[in-house]
This record gives sequence, C-alpha cells and structure tokens, in this order.
Amino acid sequence: MAREKDVEAGLKEWEEKTVSKTIAKYPERSEKFETISGVGVNRLYTPLDTKDMDYRESLGFPGDYPFTRGVQPTMYRGRLWTMRQYSGFGTARETNRRFRFLLDQGQTGLSVAFDLPTQIGYDSDHPMARGEVGKVGVAVDSLADMELLFDSIPLEKVSTSMTINAPAAVLLAMYIAVGEKQGVPMAKLRGTVQNDILKEYIARGTYIFPPKPSMRLITDTFRFCSDNMPQWNTISISGYHIREAGSTAAQEVAFTLANGIAYVEAAVNAHLDIDSFASRLSFFFGSHSDFFEEVAKFRAARRLWAHIMRDRFKAHDPESWKMRFHTQTAGCTLTAQQPDNNVVRVTLQALQAVLGGTQSLHTNSRDEALSLPTEQSVQIALRTQQIIAYETGVADTIDPLAGSYYIESLTDEIERKAREYINKIDGMGGAVTAIEAGYPQREIHDSAFEFQRKVDAQKRVVIGVNMFAEKGRQKLEYLKVNPEVEKEQAAVVKRLREKRSPGPWRDSMKGLKTAAQSNTNLMPAIITAVKAQATVGEICDVFRQLWGEYKAPDIM
Amino acid sequence: MSSSKKIRVLVAKPGLDGHDRGAKVVARALRDAGMEVIYTGLRQTPEMIAEAAIQEAVHVVGLSILSGAHNALLPKVTELLRKEGADDVLVIAGGIIPEDDVPGLKAAGIAEVFGPGTPLSDIVDYIKAHVKL
Repeated sequence: MAREKDVEAGLKEWEEKTVSKTIAKYPERSEKFETISGVGVNRLYTPLDTKDMDYRESLGFPGDYPFTRGVQPTMYRGRLWTMRQYSGFGTARETNRRFRFLLDQGQTGLSVAFDLPTQIGYDSDHPMARGEVGKVGVAVDSLADMELLFDSIPLEKVSTSMTINAPAAVLLAMYIAVGEKQGVPMAKLRGTVQNDILKEYIARGTYIFPPKPSMRLITDTFRFCSDNMPQWNTISISGYHIREAGSTAAQEVAFTLANGIAYVEAAVNAHLDIDSFASRLSFFFGSHSDFFEEVAKFRAARRLWAHIMRDRFKAHDPESWKMRFHTQTAGCTLTAQQPDNNVVRVTLQALQAVLGGTQSLHTNSRDEALSLPTEQSVQIALRTQQIIAYETGVADTIDPLAGSYYIESLTDEIERKAREYINKIDGMGGAVTAIEAGYPQREIHDSAFEFQRKVDAQKRVVIGVNMFAEKGRQKLEYLKVNPEVEKEQAAVVKRLREKRSPGPWRDSMKGLKTAAQSNTNLMPAIITAVKAQATVGEICDVFRQLWGEYKAPDIM
Repeated sequence: MSSSKKIRVLVAKPGLDGHDRGAKVVARALRDAGMEVIYTGLRQTPEMIAEAAIQEAVHVVGLSILSGAHNALLPKVTELLRKEGADDVLVIAGGIIPEDDVPGLKAAGIAEVFGPGTPLSDIVDYIKAHVKL
C-alpha cells in the first residue's frame, strides 16, 4: 500500500510539473488517443492500473486456468506454431502443385481454400457457378477431385485445415475417404473443418441452409468426430471474418464467443457430454493493425472462454476450457497502393499473433488487395513467419508482454467490453436469435462505416492511401486463373455423372434423404454418398429440397 | 442536373462472394449524400441485377465484386441493360479488380472502376458528375 501511495504521489507530481510544462511548450500530436477500435489510450500506464489484478486469478500459468498466458505449458519453447498458408485456386491438380511447393518451402500444415461454388454447394456446371469456378479457391465437385488435391501428400503426416462451412460435413467425408484410400484410418487424421455457419450469416456470406438444420449438421459432426476422429478439430469458430467485415476488436471477441456458446448449447441440447467434444472446438481470429490491442485481444479471448466453459457450462476436463486458435493477418488492412508496404504490415501483425500465443498462423501476401497471391509473394509471406520464429527470439519465452501495465489494462478492457456484448446477446435469446434479427450484422456495419469515415477524414492514417500517397501505381505481377478452368471442370463433373455406376449412387442418395428426415447422424450417409461419387452439389440439393435456404435479414 | 430529382442507385453484389462490407458502406454513404439507394443483397446473377435496375428505374448501378468473377459477370450486366434499352444507366464497379482488367470492363460499358482505398466522396462526386437524370 505504501508503494502504491508513493506511485500515486509520484504520478501526480509528474503530471502537474513535468508533463504540463512540456505540453505547454510542445503540445501532443492529438488531444485524445485511442486504439483502432476506439478504446481510449492513456499517456502512461503504471502499477496503479493493475493494482487490482490478482496474478493467479487473472493470469495464472501457461497451460493452466485461465490460460491468459497460453494454452500449453511450454508454448513455443516446445513446438513453434503451425505455419499454415491458406491456398487454393483453379483445378485440384494445380492446387496440389502449390501445396507441395509450400510443404517443400517448410510450411508445416495445409489450409485449403475452396472456390465459391464448392462453398455454396453448387457443382462447377451449375448456372450459379458461372465465372466463379476455381477463382477464390480450388474447385472440388467430387471425391475424384479430392483425391487429386491430396495426391502424393501423406495424410498421416500432415494436418489439414479446410475453410468450408455450409457443406463442411461433405468435404470432411471426402477427406475421410481419401485417407482410407491412402491406408490412413480416420482416427489418425489431423486437421480442422471451419464448419462455423453462424459467422457466415453474420459476416462471410457462404451459407446455404437455415440455422436449425445447419446446427444439426454441426452437432452431427461433433458427435461423429468425438466417436471416430479424436485428433480432428470439428469447428473453427471464427472471428476473422467478423473483423474483416469491420467490427472492433471487442466485437470480434464477443460475437465469436457468443457463436461458440450457441454451438456448445446446441450440442448439449443434442445430449452430447460437454467434455466429449469441447476440447476439439477451435477458434480463428484476425490480427489487425493496432499492435498492443491485438495482443491483448488474444489474451482476453482465451481468458473469457475459459471462464465460460468452466463456470457457465460446468465442463470438468481442463482440456475443455482451453481456447486454441488460428490467426490470419488482416486482409482488410492490405492496400492496393504501394503493395510492397504490405510486407511490413503483415510482419507486424504476425508478430502480434505470436506475442498473443496463437497455435497456427497464416500470413497474407503483399498482392492480396489485387488478386490471389503469386508463388513469389506467398514465399515472402511464409519467410516472414520463419524469420519471426527463428531469428527474433520472441518464441523463446512465454507470453513476454504479460505484466505490462498497458497490456494488462487493455486485456481487462477488451474482456469487459466483450462480456457486455455477450450479456446483451444472451438477453436477446442467444446468438441465433440475435443474428436472425440482424443485430451483430448492424453493429459491425456501423463500426465499418465509422472506420471508413475516419479514414476519409484522415483521422485514421493508411500509409500510401491517405498519407504519403504516390501518383503512379507500383506494378506487381499478379496471379491469373486460367478462364478455361471453368469449362474443363464442368466437363469433368458431367463426365463423372455419366460414368459412375448408377446403382450405388441412387441408393446413397436415397439413404441420405432418409437420414436427413430422421434423427440419425448424417455423417455415415454422407460418407456413403461421396464414396458412390455423389457430387457436392447433389448432396447439398438433397438437403436444400428438405430444408430450404437461408434468407438474410435486410439490415440496410 | 435538377435539384428536385433524387438520384436512384442500385447497389448490387454479382456473383457468389459474401464480402459486402464495401457495398454496404458505399450504399450508406450514397444515402447520406441524398441519393435513394436500394441494396440487392448477396448472390445476384446479372439477370437479377438488370431486372431490378429496370424495375426500380434507377439512374445508377453500383456493382461490388471481390471474387475474381468480374470479367465474366460485369459485362453481362451492361449487355442486358443495353438489350432492355436502359443504356443510359450509369454502371460503375468496385472491389478486388486488377488494373489490367479495367480497360476491358470499360470497353464493355462499365463507366468507372473504384479500387480499394477509394474515398467515399470520390464515388459520390463521380456519380453526381456523370449521372443522367
């Protein structure tokens, strides 16, 4: 207490004498400072800002509750984060080549980007797929494509993350079938399906079915994986897209965790034992441009989730309390102007993620405000992670920013704000009801608009755009997807439908419909269908006919 | 332009991508600038967009696309508008569109392409200067 009084007196004196004198002569750059999310930033943080912090309760030790300092006891001293570049374009054959290039370059996990028709459950020859085949990811229509995608990549050695949501169960079934063909039983497969439909409704837009049947597909995968795939992450509950859509850091944490709560509730209501599935839930966040705020955000999210799982859901197994997450540097901060500057942005954002204790990381490439990245740009992005990991020493001690008066204050503040939002969403009846009413969507849109206004008014600086802009454009080579891919892929899927044996296919489609109309787990029927060469579009059509499609609320 | 007549704008998302942050922010800025704005929502085919443009009798169509399908979808919108005799509608675009693709889109009747980093006021000013009421 004596020390506290001393600091208080010292601070007062410093402010009144030293600072005011300086400010009188040299005013500060701004009257008010705030983080990119609008949290006020003080001139100085001192022990007074953390005086109420109980070390064991607020921070604890790595690998122990509440995991503020990390989910593993030794963190990166034991094993570095997984370096996992999200990639996919054109045909399965082309993407397979890019995967093998990345693995050769020292990448340690795969991350599949599927094209939009695949993500929305349309085959490549569907009229809605026009112009989109192979554009933002790889086109996968059938098991045959999936086999090509992982050709010569041993699935027992690599972990694979798949950004697939509405049809996640279908792509997971295909992955299982590819593993089986390679002689790898599903129990040994490691990886993740994103499988997070709620954030699709909120921010990302690749939904198909309404919430209720979508939640059933998700709980079915939870149950199936808890019985058969102990190393598989059944969902990646994603804040990344919420942030990219314009949310603040606290909103990103809040809406993501509110969605997490909805998934846990849905699974518990489906009579799953919480400790049978909770340890396989994983998360995904963005790493935006406010350095300290982002580090604090990761720490706050971990602590808040631990509280929720232990105290709200009464999970017993400490594994169920741990928030493991993937991070991607923020695509929305990349500029089309002076694109080489993006390498620097990505470096800082990657460093934040590492200081925040991420389990895996994707670093964006400099050209992604213009197109998909070239091989050379991806290589720089991957090297960025390798430099952080092997040259800087930041991975050698755990949670090195802990104890910083500022970091701990911000961590508390983000947790507090996120809790407020979660309480509000609880009051509305939970995430699903809030989403159907357009609540998080509207909040995010307001934040996005506010941010753009600040940029336009130069209250937020974007280098190369509203400050230090240059007239001429710096030109970069960019990746072009061959427009012939669409025709080729459409022909491939047509040929497949003609050539496959119709008997097993017909039976499998019938089985799928029957399963969907009953309460049985859908995964076995989906696995049978993909093995009978049913396409992603055909399987989704069975569900579309039974369940209908989601209609987004108009929030404008 | 006459000050009594409000500029009517259709903001549309052709293709399948769900990135509507830009479209919604632009829609709101145009509304704040006094225009009447209709936002289509996601996953609109060129046919749906052209039909909505004609039904709503808009002066401007703003197309936002980030999926890379712009070369396949945007010229189709202007073609359909022309077919319906609505070629006086000002059609502009924004999103992730590489510079090399811009001349082709302009030749197909897209009046202007606004890339990432465009201030909202540039879009407002452009519409006011080029719209035919």
